[in-house]
Amino acid sequence: MQENTALKGMKVIELAWVFMGPLITKILGDFGAEVIKIESQSRPDVMRSTPPFADRKPGMNRSGGFSFLNSSKYSLTLNLDKSEGIKILRKLVGWADILVEGFTPGMAKKWGITYKEVNELNPGLIMVSTSMQGQSGPYSKQKGFGSFFQALPGFYKLTGHPNQAPPVPLTAYTDFIAPWYGVVAILGAIHYRRLTGKGQYIDISQLETSVQFLSPSVLDYTCNKHAQSANENRSAHSVPHNVYRCKGDDRWCAIAVSSDSDWQALVSAIGNPILRENQKFGTFRERKKNEIELDKLIEEWTIQHSPEEIMRLLQAAGITCGVVQNGKDLSEDPHLRESGFFQALSHPEMGPTTYTRSPFTLSETPCQMKPAPCLGEHTEYICTKILGMSEEEFVELINTGVLE
Amino acid sequence: MKKDSEDRLLSSYRILDLTDEKGFLAGKILGDLGADVIKIEQPGGDPARNISPFYQDVPHPEKSLFWFAYNASKRGITLNIETRDGLDIFKRLLKTSDAVIESFPIGYMDQLGLTWSEVNQINSKIVLTSITPFGQVGPYKAFRISDLTAQAMGGLMYTCGDPQGTCFLFSGAESRQSYLQAGAQAAVGTMIALEYRERTQRGQQVHISIEESMAWASLAPLIVLHWEEENDIIERRGSKVMRGNVVLRSIYHCKDGYVTTEILVGARGHLFAQLVEWMASEGMAEDLQNIDWPSIDMYALDQEQVNHWEEVLSRFFINYTRTELTEKAVERGFMLFPVNEPKDLLDNIQAKYRGLFVEVEHSELGCRLIYPGAAYLSTECSPRIRCRAPLIGEHNDQIYGELGLNKEKITILRQAGVI
Repeated sequence: MQENTALKGMKVIELAWVFMGPLITKILGDFGAEVIKIESQSRPDVMRSTPPFADRKPGMNRSGGFSFLNSSKYSLTLNLDKSEGIKILRKLVGWADILVEGFTPGMAKKWGITYKEVNELNPGLIMVSTSMQGQSGPYSKQKGFGSFFQALPGFYKLTGHPNQAPPVPLTAYTDFIAPWYGVVAILGAIHYRRLTGKGQYIDISQLETSVQFLSPSVLDYTCNKHAQSANENRSAHSVPHNVYRCKGDDRWCAIAVSSDSDWQALVSAIGNPILRENQKFGTFRERKKNEIELDKLIEEWTIQHSPEEIMRLLQAAGITCGVVQNGKDLSEDPHLRESGFFQALSHPEMGPTTYTRSPFTLSETPCQMKPAPCLGEHTEYICTKILGMSEEEFVELINTGVLE
Repeated sequence: MKKDSEDRLLSSYRILDLTDEKGFLAGKILGDLGADVIKIEQPGGDPARNISPFYQDVPHPEKSLFWFAYNASKRGITLNIETRDGLDIFKRLLKTSDAVIESFPIGYMDQLGLTWSEVNQINSKIVLTSITPFGQVGPYKAFRISDLTAQAMGGLMYTCGDPQGTCFLFSGAESRQSYLQAGAQAAVGTMIALEYRERTQRGQQVHISIEESMAWASLAPLIVLHWEEENDIIERRGSKVMRGNVVLRSIYHCKDGYVTTEILVGARGHLFAQLVEWMASEGMAEDLQNIDWPSIDMYALDQEQVNHWEEVLSRFFINYTRTELTEKAVERGFMLFPVNEPKDLLDNIQAKYRGLFVEVEHSELGCRLIYPGAAYLSTECSPRIRCRAPLIGEHNDQIYGELGLNKEKITILRQAGVI
């Protein structure tokens, strides 16, 4: 199908698992690049065996997490323990514009795809190696996942109560910073190649990219010797600024007020004379000083209403307010459906499944997501149509266990 | 050592940056890669220059650390696009530019006559990237946002805190993570649109939603699928996580603070086995010794059993510092990370090895300040800080000079409040 997509004609191969590498190529694929995800039957992407599963039934092609991270890709199963498998990998390296890999440096060497080898085979290729802490250095071989590594740069220490064990939200936060830099790096490299003919090797880690999201905290130490610490939900520029319990089971809303006019509007909406009249809340400084008492008074009001009601009421009055959303709320969020952020796509094994597009839209070349591939789903297509093998060659490779 | 002219991935691009704190990071990312990013502020300076903390704790519009961090690698001009003259100048800049990134409220640019159709007519190749709280489509599109409400609506806060207790902002309010997420996504979207432009000579609009940007980082896609496929709502569990049918600790007290690790079984069990081996060598593994961790099915774990194992781990970790435990984790191959503060990054030996921290000249302060440097490394052009963030109107003479305005004209425009 000849669609007009932003990245039509871009050819990508991916040798990566879970979040970091797959997110990079998902974005490229959703915007029209041709992405071949190389897996194997004996070593499929570990995300394929991670819940939630469609209808709670585990299966290689039933993981919700895998589907979110691998939309719009082809899947090729390739046995890289066999020399014939390595030959096919090298053919694909010759075909591709971009190679994204996320394994340990030892594996790249074993498979003959160190940058030196890749560069000799295809001098214009852009190779990206993803890792937690970089391809070299004293901690480069340290084992771990983003959901734990995120404790290192400092996010945890800025969350919750100071001097208490930090709460651990559901996120692998540093896995959701690095890929954005990765995509920018790749597209920048494609542009650079256009001008110079040169490929390049990009070494991108969760360590360096995540620190970018904490620069002011780093500067506060390097300039002022302040070691920043957690401060619950408090804000230097905003009061009230907190979450408040609402009517219902574990329902909350978040309210942030910065200006005096917003404060007046909130006072009107709540209608409690104490807030309007008491000197304790008359100015920003007074409100900051009496913040705990203020929060209690606000919660006396919010506890009587649902968070949706409160959000609608306060937003109508121009006040910044939002529902603290859980999984059900997000799934039913009318805005995220209407905007097309969440889309139902039909997957051959999972049936209609919610996919999520990038958090931006392009007016002329919108994201056109395709469902995630089943394991090895495109092996024949890739061998015969992309690599130009004959049926006989293809069957021979199947029989000799190269394509599994 | 590359010449500065070679060391620029995006040197052929000029970007007009009209963002406030909701989008600064986009231009910073592209500026670090060599694009000519021009930060446009209202005369007198952007209100975001009041964001604390400040250099030496002195509130001052030229000393905001948030401003320093996210407007480095940009030149800066002042321009009031609400004036006739200002709008004309902006249109002239549009002609010379490849992209515009802005975070005005919806409708602001249209009101000024800068509709997409107008902008596209001035420069058919330009990419117009707009960051808004909720995108441009949908029932909430006119809602206001702050980082607090973005994290609330995106899903992260609900899973952050004690069970049934209050929900917490991830990384605290001053950190503004959702604005940084949106800025990074804006850089991605702009680059995709520029790539399309290279092929077709056609510009287009890129619309970023701050809520959606934060939803990705909140694993909203996964949280939604847990609900839709398994009828399960991911709950807050304090410093613990749900694995299969048991709740596991994710944070442990140690001698000088906390570390993060978890009992791992099955496919990742070998990573936990290495920790137990070390504990055994110190005579502290108790009955964790000789358990075949990789062979255990996560769904077969029993809560009481797990609670006991975790007590054994706690008794062990309390004897060691974060650094000692981390070094053993590297040496022996088990999974553990220190719960560190941002300041600890400066002592981090891996960060030092990678040359992560760099000095940036601040001539106006008479010193150099230490910043995080390259976001990644490349054999051709790594990103790097090109210069410190601009002072208010610092490059007015330079850039308006490029447009052919002489010093006299510039003075008149300044006096008229146009620049």
